[in-house]
Amino acid sequence: MPVKYTNTIKGAKEMKKILSKWAVVGLAVGLLAACGNEDAAPGGEEAAAGGGTDGKPTYAMVFKNTGNPYGEKMMDGFEEAIKEAGGEVILRAPDQPTAEGQIQIVEQLITQQVDSILITGNDIDALQPVLEKAMDAGIKVLSADSAVNPESRMVHVNQADPELIGRTQIQAVSEMIDGEGQIAVLSATSQAANQNLWIEWMKKELEKPEYENIELVKVAYGDDLRDKSTSEAEALLLQYPDLKAIVSPTTVGIAAAGKVLTDKGLAGKVILTGLGLPSEMATYIENGVSPAMFLWNPIDVGYGAGMTAVALVEGDITGALGETFEAGRLGEKEIVEDGEGTQVMLGEPFRFDKDNIGEWKEVY
Amino acid sequence: MAETAVESSNELQQEKKASKLAAISKFRELGLLAFIILLCIVVQIKNPSFMTLGNLTDMITNTAILSILALGMMLVLITRGIDLSIGATLALSGMLVAQTVSVYSGLHPLLAILMGIGIGTVCGVTIGFLVSKIGILPIIATLAMMNIFRGMTYTISDGQWISSYQMSESFVSIATSSILGINTLVFIAIIIYIIAFYFINHTRTGRQIYAVGSNPESAKVSGINQTKILVIVYSIMGGLAGLSGVLWVSKFASAQGDTASGFELTVIAACILGGVSIAGGSGKISGVILGAVLLGIMNNALPLMNVSPFWQSAIQGAIILFAVIVNALVKRGVDRNNLLRRKI
Repeated sequence: MPVKYTNTIKGAKEMKKILSKWAVVGLAVGLLAACGNEDAAPGGEEAAAGGGTDGKPTYAMVFKNTGNPYGEKMMDGFEEAIKEAGGEVILRAPDQPTAEGQIQIVEQLITQQVDSILITGNDIDALQPVLEKAMDAGIKVLSADSAVNPESRMVHVNQADPELIGRTQIQAVSEMIDGEGQIAVLSATSQAANQNLWIEWMKKELEKPEYENIELVKVAYGDDLRDKSTSEAEALLLQYPDLKAIVSPTTVGIAAAGKVLTDKGLAGKVILTGLGLPSEMATYIENGVSPAMFLWNPIDVGYGAGMTAVALVEGDITGALGETFEAGRLGEKEIVEDGEGTQVMLGEPFRFDKDNIGEWKEVY
Repeated sequence: MAETAVESSNELQQEKKASKLAAISKFRELGLLAFIILLCIVVQIKNPSFMTLGNLTDMITNTAILSILALGMMLVLITRGIDLSIGATLALSGMLVAQTVSVYSGLHPLLAILMGIGIGTVCGVTIGFLVSKIGILPIIATLAMMNIFRGMTYTISDGQWISSYQMSESFVSIATSSILGINTLVFIAIIIYIIAFYFINHTRTGRQIYAVGSNPESAKVSGINQTKILVIVYSIMGGLAGLSGVLWVSKFASAQGDTASGFELTVIAACILGGVSIAGGSGKISGVILGAVLLGIMNNALPLMNVSPFWQSAIQGAIILFAVIVNALVKRGVDRNNLLRRKI
């Protein structure tokens, strides 16, 4: 019995030791967080001063989450546009892709009295109250990439025209298979709004008489998961032995299909195209599985959104239908209809093939 | 005397006859096996290309990683634990190895695999320590570590993906090459299953795992070092998750921060399907194989059957539920027969 007793005491002591260790860790984390805040604060003050007094407008961009390579490229483009227009830039993003995180950041930006907020929404509706509050405070609010609802923004900057994305992919695949044969689509989830819209446009393009020999046999959904996309791609090949091409308008899907076609030695027999990240697709473009694929260029999206923000702040546009403005190197842009709201469309997706993939695979 | 001898020989013969039947009926996963065969027949009727060599190879290759993880999860579940962190461990190990390969393209595939196992084991030991020494509930400890490992993966990768052009030919070929005519992934899974079969059934530590799970108090009284067993079990799980990370990244030729997120639930489902009790103490390798195979068949067959994507997950859930019910009913029957046959 006594032995056991001392054991418990020892145990308790150890426990205390561990607890105190963790307390130290906790303290350190707390300090770090505090440091982070201090880092952020001067930027904010500077921004507030800039927005208020010396007339140099401040432009804030709130991305979905930190550490997203696509977002970083977009921020680069945004910064480039704002620097060109001679404004101050604030780049922010929550750690996790949540609307809550973005709401907090927008609240801070309202307090800082920035002139414009560009947001890539983590939720289409959840940000409405805070963004309305921002607009009431005189801040020009716009969204890009992922839209927020029309009530919470003045204008949306669409990375590329959904119609052009859909039509371009069909035009490309038709050219690759000489306008004849079975094709299948490998999409993300069956609920993905972007992909579904693009697929709708693909189907509309296919109605044209020049594509009468092309048959869309199936739309499969890989849910943007590697394993599921792989299974779906394999099933497509098995189910349709005469399949000529797979069109996959999603990064994970197209790369998974590329891997399947490469492993099965089907390069040249089944053509792959769609929308994908150049870095993910470099191997499959270089080995001939995919002659070409498309994506907008996030730098241009950020740049275009930056230029739109500048136009809004300088009063060139108000976000109303039919207005036009000069978007720097992207040329003149017009504000067009988008459901109940308005948007700026940046144009056709960019084509990546053997000739340019080498330089782009390092970028994103 | 003579009479008894005849009687006993008669008895022996009868027993022999009965034992063959008993051997089959003692097989608790019989219901699951029957269900799998039934499912295969239905799919085959719907789509004749299902039972082709090419498709079966694809299916087995796609199931190899799941089956490796399910084995580790079985051990954890037997000790009344659960490990939610394996998807994150897999991603972390996969990302670290992919980054290493992208810098040192000459790294030998075997070294990459060992590195993955090492990283996973470290993750597993940490969890084992939290569970056994500090006494945190496994579900809480692994939930916390899941987020930590996932966060670490995002941090070390800086949100960037490692794509196939950054990986060496030899690394990607881990998943595409074959040993003795069997795909390497499948080969590795088979080797692991053979080792595990020996370890679980024929070593002292292996048996102690069951003892700790079925009755922790009496295991303690009989002098089994529970802490040691728990640390071993979570380390094995971690090691297997780390290994799977390398295999995953090699198979799909891409490492993402969100690799295999949510995969832990699939793995747990495979175990439960295979008759592993979440209350601990029971679970067999044969069951886990069948559970993993059933999930593999579903992932392969549902896309082949032209099921509407809106229905796919609902159907998948219904099949799992149905399989568990069939298995439970058959198991109950087998158990009752075993009890009846028992000599008192």
